[in-house]
Amino acid sequence: MDMQFFWESLVTLIPGIPLTLQLAFLSTFLGAFIALGLAMMRLSGIRPLDWFARGYLFVFRGSPLLVQLFLIYYGLSQFPAVRHSFAWTFLRDPYWCAIIALTLNTAAYASEVIRGGLLSVPHGQVEAARACGMSGFKLFRRIVLPLAIRQALPAYGTELILMVKATSLASIITIMEITGLAAKLVSETYRVIEVFVVAGAIYLAINFILTRIIMAFEYKLTPHLREPRITKVLALENESAGEIS
Amino acid sequence: MKVWTRLLGVAMTAAMLVAGPAMAKEWKTVKLGTEGAFPPWNSTKADGTLEGFEIDLANILCERMDVKCEWVVQSWKGIIPALNAGKFDVIMSGMSATAKRAEVIDFSIPYGSTGQTFGVLSDSELVDLPLKGTVFPLASKPEEAKKAIEEIKPMFEGKIIGVQSSAIAERFLQENLADVAEIREYGKTQEHDLDLMSGRVDAIMASTAYISTAMKDPANEGMVLAGPRFQGGILGKGSSIGMRKGSDDLKAMFDKAIASARDDGTIKDLSIKWFGFDVTVY
Repeated sequence: MDMQFFWESLVTLIPGIPLTLQLAFLSTFLGAFIALGLAMMRLSGIRPLDWFARGYLFVFRGSPLLVQLFLIYYGLSQFPAVRHSFAWTFLRDPYWCAIIALTLNTAAYASEVIRGGLLSVPHGQVEAARACGMSGFKLFRRIVLPLAIRQALPAYGTELILMVKATSLASIITIMEITGLAAKLVSETYRVIEVFVVAGAIYLAINFILTRIIMAFEYKLTPHLREPRITKVLALENESAGEIS
Repeated sequence: MKVWTRLLGVAMTAAMLVAGPAMAKEWKTVKLGTEGAFPPWNSTKADGTLEGFEIDLANILCERMDVKCEWVVQSWKGIIPALNAGKFDVIMSGMSATAKRAEVIDFSIPYGSTGQTFGVLSDSELVDLPLKGTVFPLASKPEEAKKAIEEIKPMFEGKIIGVQSSAIAERFLQENLADVAEIREYGKTQEHDLDLMSGRVDAIMASTAYISTAMKDPANEGMVLAGPRFQGGILGKGSSIGMRKGSDDLKAMFDKAIASARDDGTIKDLSIKWFGFDVTVY
């Protein structure tokens, strides 16, 4: 075991962490808006919108992210029309190509997660809101969406973790995030095991912290599933009262 | 019974260890690893078979060494680890014998060298890079090479140069042009060609042989050679056959076969066929 080399690998790979996090968070954030739109299209009951969303899901969930990355980066640049358009300012840059591919991909998966959340809102809640005089957007914003988010959070947390790992594919379009730096280090030193063990450990550490954060959110959003604090206090008081008497 | 078999096993291993060095392995088949995507050295035809300068040369070398040769295709990035893991016995894949690589594997004598140069688009201002085609050996004439680098440097200010990751040209760029230009690394040479054609990079650096071949591809219309050619020094002695450390018997076999192919003009004939110029290392 060459501890010195493990340390050197770690020092080489750490500068890739900000880029990995940026790719994961920015694309998940942007993807969430598209996902919400797609989920609402699916539930709108308007046929053409529903079909569009189904088609989108079919393409982006059904094909590998690697293929999508290649098509967006190397594929689109083949067309002179694309190269001479406004879009080229973004598509020229490997960073934005990665963001676009990751965003479109996560939007497909997340839209189903959100749709599941929206469907799980009990009808009684909606009726109660209506009885209070809410309707339309206000009802959606105040009642349906918060309940849907709470329901969708565990699955969305998994999606975020998958996205952190998916960023490793960006290394194939010249982006030097953690995996890109690791592959470069391997080709310079020819030591595969040490470098990828360190890279894997970095992803593990990132995802460990992420899962803790998601768990904290879940805890905060589900007070109704825990024993209310007031009953605990009462129970304690009863006990002590019992001891005295 | 169990003890007996185990004892026999130990005895046999011991016998092999003792006999090993004395009676070197008789080579009947040699497995050669290649990238199969680096024309004209080696490339894969549409039907999946290999062709190229190295394929032709290896056939001749193997005949002279009286061994059967089998090709194994392996991606460039993992080619040295795969050799050391025993997936094949030697690497013959346009690999330059650099000092850095020689730390982990052994090399035969070189069988070819074309130097490294730049590829640009014909409508780019970089077409006018000075000293086009002039050869600068980094090791034997370092001052002249340094001067040539200083001369081309201003034109690369703010430009992006594409290069294959961990290829010798990448090391050259990091040491000499990284202070003025952005160096973008690609897994495959074909990928930096695509990005040169689309305008994502302003120039590529690769072996003269590679760029001359890539230029002829209709998809790369407009790609031209530019600037001086560099060779030697950190760019290595030239393409050599790589093998695991301590493969002295293989090295002796290949050295002898390469020397004979060099001396009787076989390498020269083959290089005229595949490159259009002589790549023999004398």
